[in-house]
Amino acid sequence: MSDSDTKQLPKDLAAENGMVNVQIDGHWIQVPKGTRMIEACKMAEQEVPHYCYHPKLSSPGNCRMCLVQMGMPPRPAPGAEPSYGENGYQEIGWMPRPVIACANTVTENMGIRTTGELVEKCREGVMEFLLINHPLDCPICDQAGECRLQEFSVEHGKGESRFKEDKIKKPKNVKIGPRIRLDDERCIMCSRCIRFMDEVADEPVLGFAERGTHTSVGIFPGKELDNNYGLNTVDLCPVGALTSNDFRFQMRTWFLKETNSIDTNCGTGSNITVWTRGNKIFRITPRQNDDVNSCWMPDSHRLNYICPTDEDRLTACLIKADGVHEETCWENALEAASDALKQFESSEIAIIASGKQTNEELFMMRTLAAELGCENLSIVAREQKSDDMLISSDGNANTTGARLIFTTASPASQLTNILEGVRSGTIKAIIAASEDLQDAAGFSADDLEALELLISINCRANATAQASDIVFPGAGPAEKRGSMINITGRLQKLNAACIPPGDARCDWEIIRDLALSISEEVAQEAPQSIDALSKNLTASISELEGKHLAAISELGDIVTETGNTIPLVKREAERKANGEIVG
Amino acid sequence: MATIKVTRPKLTLLEKLYFPSIMNGMFITFKHAVRSLRGKSIGGDSMNTSGLGITMQYPEQKWDDHLPEYYRGVPTLVTDEQDRERCVSCQLCEFICPPKAIAIMPGEIESDDPWAKVEKRPKEFDIDMTRCIYCGMCEEVCPEQAIFLRKDYAMTGLSRADMVNDKERLYEIGGVRTGLVNKWNDIK
Repeated sequence: MSDSDTKQLPKDLAAENGMVNVQIDGHWIQVPKGTRMIEACKMAEQEVPHYCYHPKLSSPGNCRMCLVQMGMPPRPAPGAEPSYGENGYQEIGWMPRPVIACANTVTENMGIRTTGELVEKCREGVMEFLLINHPLDCPICDQAGECRLQEFSVEHGKGESRFKEDKIKKPKNVKIGPRIRLDDERCIMCSRCIRFMDEVADEPVLGFAERGTHTSVGIFPGKELDNNYGLNTVDLCPVGALTSNDFRFQMRTWFLKETNSIDTNCGTGSNITVWTRGNKIFRITPRQNDDVNSCWMPDSHRLNYICPTDEDRLTACLIKADGVHEETCWENALEAASDALKQFESSEIAIIASGKQTNEELFMMRTLAAELGCENLSIVAREQKSDDMLISSDGNANTTGARLIFTTASPASQLTNILEGVRSGTIKAIIAASEDLQDAAGFSADDLEALELLISINCRANATAQASDIVFPGAGPAEKRGSMINITGRLQKLNAACIPPGDARCDWEIIRDLALSISEEVAQEAPQSIDALSKNLTASISELEGKHLAAISELGDIVTETGNTIPLVKREAERKANGEIVG
Repeated sequence: MATIKVTRPKLTLLEKLYFPSIMNGMFITFKHAVRSLRGKSIGGDSMNTSGLGITMQYPEQKWDDHLPEYYRGVPTLVTDEQDRERCVSCQLCEFICPPKAIAIMPGEIESDDPWAKVEKRPKEFDIDMTRCIYCGMCEEVCPEQAIFLRKDYAMTGLSRADMVNDKERLYEIGGVRTGLVNKWNDIK
């Protein structure tokens, strides 16, 4: 015992930092006290298969897939001191029965086995039970390819079923809401969707009915799953029981390419994954970012995306001649635009940028305004009602970015002056980028008619494009690289999942070329790539210093303090602090 | 490795001369030439010959009856005895196809269809025969026994578009196939 007097035991060393020692598959690691066993295994890079456990939801422990073998040091006889081995740990006495890893926490000197005969037999057994009434209709199931049941039956299943009886029949293809279909036969009763609707969406409309093998998930009588966060249950579903109407039978998941990007429908800037095949977007799913959107996103944003194959996309430059738009090439359109702009005094020109543009594009808009000597530069404000979840009260994705780049506290303040100028006739020409002026900007059709020159960059054929004298086809949010700053001051990046259709180009290229054709400068001096432009941008805005596109981390970086918070993330942090969820 | 020593065979004088062997060979050739001229070549009947030698006068004469059961010709889609189109557009054939000859657009079966419980069928199914290499992977991978390589091999067309078999044509060539596993029976 003299040794332990001079040398501290591992348990004391760990306890100093609030950690405990756990042996996982023979290796000792230190994990924070109170960690769930499943999370400790994850830290040790040992995957424990699971269905019902989700770190953002409570842990009911009902799927039994995460069974592992647990061991503790034997309790010393009365009066005896615990004995420590050479490495300073007590010997582990392994328990003959398995425990679930998702709802148990680790303790000092605990042992966990995620492999071995007992654990493998348990998993085989659980998989066999789960597959007893599973219809095995993988060929028509949308989840195939990303189905946990498929994955785990390959990894841990028996390979064949011993069940000879008829499978239980349950309702299939049930419309439980405007956007979601339910297939009860595929359901494995993990209750993730039920818990999500109850705990996160705060609209409990799902529940279990019946008993035993007849248990099925269903919607409460007279209710429907029309919550704006309902489609998150589809992402949560580890099998194909809940599928989205929008993505239903559109494409098998293994054909889709994933691109990490951010949502541009509101100021929250939810992190998303864009799923594409060829040049078509098939679906958008939320990507985990605990500081922005956790694992969720609203349906209204998820389903609202601009795809290169949309019918209303503009694919060529248009010049209006005698009231009719005619297609033309980039050279002609740019020359026509710069010639037309030169007819006006700089005070007669206004530039309307968009709060949905990236930092790089806004920076180019500022450069263009400087080139024209024009002081009427504004974005269009989009105030809306926050849903107290993830939809922010700012409808623009990049108002914070516009604030930094236009170096003004309210980048939309000039808009009323511009509108008044148009009505009084002092402003005769407008360059509008990525905005439908008749939409949030409050211009009427007559206002646009009154303008002598309207140049617009649009990706869709909208009223502004219709009224424009010169239209440049722009790119949608899924087609461009760039960065945006969300309402909490987090700098995040957009990645291009598709290429713009036809002749369409990214806004920054269009504005650069327009600025070049006005100034007649040497083209080589202008940024040649989005990366070069991003470096110019970060060099001139102090908050963004060093944060060029390649340097922004995957989950974004806080660059400015705004004092805004995201309600859902805040609530989740509280639940984590209360120990309700793992987080 | 053990070394095996091979001794050269000892040749007799006649063998060393080569001349008798040459005569022997010429005799065999001549025998077949006479047979051929008399229209009695060995195996000629079964080969559908034109009469002279065993040359088959394709395409007037064909060997189609002799194609083996496992012959891999044009890939097609089949219906079963219940007149159900077997393909559910799981797109595994599209995935496995080495030359990317298959393009499928999946679609939903309308709720008033007698086979509505199958839920899914191809809206469009194109096999580009200019790309197809007749490897048979699509047939092998199909979980629904819906795609089969038939014995047809003479695919011709006057344009590239002609060489693309659409869904309608695939079912037309494929026809009805009986005795397949019926996954979508009443129990399902």
